[in-house]
Amino acid sequence: MLKVKKQGKMDVSVQTPSTASAVAQEPNAFVKAVAEKKYEFGFTTDVETEIIEKGLNEEVVRLISRKKNEPEWLLDFRLEAYRYWQGQQQPSWAHVTLPEIDYQAISYYADPTAKSKEGEKKEIDPELMKTFDKLGIPLEERMALSGMAVDAVMDSVSVKTTFKERLSEKGIIFCSISEAVQQYPDLVRQYLGSVVPYRDNYFAALNSAVFSDGSFVYIPKNTRCPMELSTYFRINARNTGQFERTLIVCDEGSYVSYLEGCTAPMRDENQLHAAIVEIVVMDNAEVKYSTVQNWYPGDSEGRGGVLNLVTKRGHLRGVNSKLSWTQVETGSAITWKYPSCVLSGDNSQAEFYSVAVTNNHQEADTGTKMIHLGKNTKSTIISKGISAGRSQNSYRGLVKVGKHADGARNYSSCDSLLLGSECGAHTFPYIDVQNNTATVEHEATTSKINENQLYYCNQRGISTEEAVGLIVNGYAKDVINKLPMEFAVEAQKLLSVSLEGTVG
Amino acid sequence: MESERQYIELYHDAADLIRQRSCAVMNAVRDAAFQAFASQGFPSRKVERYRYTDVAAAFAPNYGLSLFPLTSHPSPFIFSFKDAPIDLTPYYNKVADASDGITALNTALAHEGLLIYVPRNHRPSAPIQVDNWLRATAPTMMNRRVLILLEEGADATIVINDKADAQPVSFLTTQVIEVVCKANARLDLYEIEDTNPLCARFSNVYIQESRDCSVKHNVVTLFNGHTRNLCDVYLQGENAEITLNGCAIGSGSQHIDNNTLIAHQVPCCQSRQLYKYVLDDHSVGAFAGKIFVGKEAQKTSSQEVNANLVAASTARMYTQPMLEIYADDVQCNHGSTVGLLDESALFYMRQRGIPEAEARTLLKNAFMGQVIDQIQYQPLRDKLYVKVEKRFRGELEKCEECRLCK
Amino acid sequence: MLEIKNLHARVAGKEILKGIDLTIADGEIHAIMGTNGAGKSTLSNVIVGNPAYEVTEGSILFNGQDLLAMTTEQRAHAGIFMSFQTPVEIPGVSMTNFMRAAVNARRQAQGKEPLKSTDFLKIMREKRKLVEIDQKLMTRSVNEGFSGGEKKRNEIFQMAMLEPTFCILDETDSGLDVDALRIVAEGFNKLRTPETSAMIITHYQRLLDYIKPDLVHVLIDGRIVKTAGPELALQIENEGFDWIKSSLQETV
Repeated sequence: MLKVKKQGKMDVSVQTPSTASAVAQEPNAFVKAVAEKKYEFGFTTDVETEIIEKGLNEEVVRLISRKKNEPEWLLDFRLEAYRYWQGQQQPSWAHVTLPEIDYQAISYYADPTAKSKEGEKKEIDPELMKTFDKLGIPLEERMALSGMAVDAVMDSVSVKTTFKERLSEKGIIFCSISEAVQQYPDLVRQYLGSVVPYRDNYFAALNSAVFSDGSFVYIPKNTRCPMELSTYFRINARNTGQFERTLIVCDEGSYVSYLEGCTAPMRDENQLHAAIVEIVVMDNAEVKYSTVQNWYPGDSEGRGGVLNLVTKRGHLRGVNSKLSWTQVETGSAITWKYPSCVLSGDNSQAEFYSVAVTNNHQEADTGTKMIHLGKNTKSTIISKGISAGRSQNSYRGLVKVGKHADGARNYSSCDSLLLGSECGAHTFPYIDVQNNTATVEHEATTSKINENQLYYCNQRGISTEEAVGLIVNGYAKDVINKLPMEFAVEAQKLLSVSLEGTVG
Repeated sequence: MESERQYIELYHDAADLIRQRSCAVMNAVRDAAFQAFASQGFPSRKVERYRYTDVAAAFAPNYGLSLFPLTSHPSPFIFSFKDAPIDLTPYYNKVADASDGITALNTALAHEGLLIYVPRNHRPSAPIQVDNWLRATAPTMMNRRVLILLEEGADATIVINDKADAQPVSFLTTQVIEVVCKANARLDLYEIEDTNPLCARFSNVYIQESRDCSVKHNVVTLFNGHTRNLCDVYLQGENAEITLNGCAIGSGSQHIDNNTLIAHQVPCCQSRQLYKYVLDDHSVGAFAGKIFVGKEAQKTSSQEVNANLVAASTARMYTQPMLEIYADDVQCNHGSTVGLLDESALFYMRQRGIPEAEARTLLKNAFMGQVIDQIQYQPLRDKLYVKVEKRFRGELEKCEECRLCK
Repeated sequence: MLEIKNLHARVAGKEILKGIDLTIADGEIHAIMGTNGAGKSTLSNVIVGNPAYEVTEGSILFNGQDLLAMTTEQRAHAGIFMSFQTPVEIPGVSMTNFMRAAVNARRQAQGKEPLKSTDFLKIMREKRKLVEIDQKLMTRSVNEGFSGGEKKRNEIFQMAMLEPTFCILDETDSGLDVDALRIVAEGFNKLRTPETSAMIITHYQRLLDYIKPDLVHVLIDGRIVKTAGPELALQIENEGFDWIKSSLQETV
């Protein structure tokens, strides 16, 4: 029998970022200080959190389901996934050194809103509100960024979703997935696992067994979503994993732009984040999915940081459907992530735009899969990798053209920029063509930052560090330009900050 | 391990005979190689470098092992291992990757080795030609072993031809070629495969280059059955250069898999790769090329291009150009395309009155021509222009050299 | 020579030609003018048989033969030549080999023996001088690395080699400076025989100063809306197409 452990005030040690006083001490201090200082979101929130005991077994899966008051079919889904997961091995093909993960040492459910739920009133702990304010994600609608609705998820639970009512006037559903299971069980049941089945891979199976919260979006037919929808993920509690699940369904002739942001506190241990995002795009519909991933990357020595092991996939079911993934990846100790597109609908179009920055000891293995099944389908891949410090940054991608995908086209361009002699940049594209009317082009370059450009900037009085920021931003511009405005500004700052202390 | 069993049994039965016909340097590593093979078996498709070729299936049929001796060599630079003018122990099976299943099997079964040795600052006046003529009355397996050793400043052009009589007998060939180039040596190595659909070939070529070396390796698959070419290059001296070129023409149900690794291990080396495929009918092509740049290999310059024409809806192409880079001051790029013939060029040619089939042949020829152009040795280049064109016209099956057609 | 009746054609599912009637007699030169997108290039592509264009209605007779039943290369063998607006580059195929293939294919269609290599090269040399095209271009791949002017001159050179009876000059003048235009036009005039007919697609009067048309047609929205003598081209050069469009509306 499992016991639910109530923690009082959480026992957290807040790491204070090193300050300038450390600089004089040791030779690497400056770099270290920069690296540590620059993770702005490394604070923890002191909030009463209900955390279930560490460990994973069938009873835990049942407990999570029970806590969420889930229907029988969903529990069955979780249990099947769990049983499948037990028979699988953690994959090792990626160019990352994934530490041995002790799945029994992790707690699979942490609810920072528990206290308020028990007290009858459904009020949000002001600490939580403050946290999201601090992260720049105001949860009060009057303070919100114009034209953006937010679902804020901390640890395993959605804290609040804004503008729900306004959106529902148009028939748009935007809520946490837990709420959707209660309110729109038929829709959830129809689509959950339809794009990423639990058998897809090891981490997808794990997520399907223990997923906690995430967002659910449904855009009804012929509707243009009037605001950007956004989910903000925050890991707070210690030794917990976050297993969010997002499901977006965009019905015929509709459009939505969706943003995802993530941060986590600085902790010495790794934190596990294994998410699934599923997107369904119907006839003539269009979805834009943008991510600025800024999970804690670990310190300059490679201690701690988030293990970001994510399965994201969109199914372009309808004719003329469009899906575009844009990602700026600056965080995480380890990134294992391949936002993919299955282009089933004739004339469907998919895009993948990515900037992945790795510094210090970060390791990223990221890219995309474009599976062309329908006729005259088109995909574009633009990937920009930037490696610094002792990091390893890999692009891994698959372009597959099926037998019946007449007239399919793909263009891929994967560039890597090297900012240090200790880092690595790798490109592993897989191209598989089974149709002779397809045109597939792939090109990649790897080079170091152009010293003439740096010199030119220096001559004009720009410091090397600033120049690197400028050049990197220029290099990443094709991708940044694809982001919605607010995110683009954020992403640019993030790029410069992530690379400070790497040159000179 | 079904497929492996017959080779394991074969070794138990025939090892003594092989030893008798072989020489000390080969026998010295034979048992260890056999153990390596027996313990791991053939590489499965789960092994990254063997994703696109089912090795076990290709080795499954029952072949007889050929232990024919090498015929005489009229060249002063070609020797049987037995008559080697130098001690081969420091070289034999040293450059090759002994852990590779195919190499291990070859090392265990090969009874005779061919040495091409060019002494210091020597330059053979004519290219060295090695012809492998596959001819037998029953299904036969051959295990070919070649060591090419170029001393400092040596300069050679080597042409290796694989030919087969057009008889309904199947052949399985394993080949391991080890190339050691000492400082400032220069080598042009050509391999032309022009056999028949019953021939399976597994070739592993290992090239080691010292300072200031320049090596060009061209592998042309004109006609074959099932081909797997692996080529590993280790650039171990500064300022070394490697060029790997490949042409593959597939039709029928041919299978052509080229897998390359170029390891830049020291600074200031250059590598260039150009592989082109034209695939028709049910043929399958695969190209996987990895450029590895080690931490020390600053100022590396590397280019890799793989371009493919898929001419039939039933043909299939896999391509996988890879970069793995641990140094920062590098210029590396790769490009890969899979496509069809340029429709506007076709239309233009037809408007000028060139029949469509002819226009297609001209375009395919032009596409391959860009690889053939790079062949330095002119008589071979001219011959290949003709052969490639004949191949596209479907005339190569009746090859002019083969006795049956004469 | 050419008889087009009620020709309808579309490209990528869109109807461009909406009923063209046009007859060009032996030895006549017709100019086709019209706004962008009116269908001028579609008309020429349909005549030479570009597979990307689909004829939905109507007929084309060429010297009494049903042109639409013939392949592109059969039409070429019958004597139709198009000077392309943007000649395509064909890497790896040398001009000489390309021309040899074209000339011999035509000879074969006419039941003649292929040319001997020396004879072929001799003809190449003669024709090259005629259109003042540099020998070094002949050793390169077809159109590859040619300047705009060289490409257009190369088209006329090919015309010289293939001796067509019906030529389409599809905006051969666009992008050419005056000297290049003169060389191209003079080349064309030198090659003309009294039987050669031509269809000249152009935006400008310039080319028509050198090659005098017998008739000028105005093509708007897939139909020929006006036909007159050479003076029409001058009027269009000075006044544009609007007056024609508005007079059209009046008659409607």
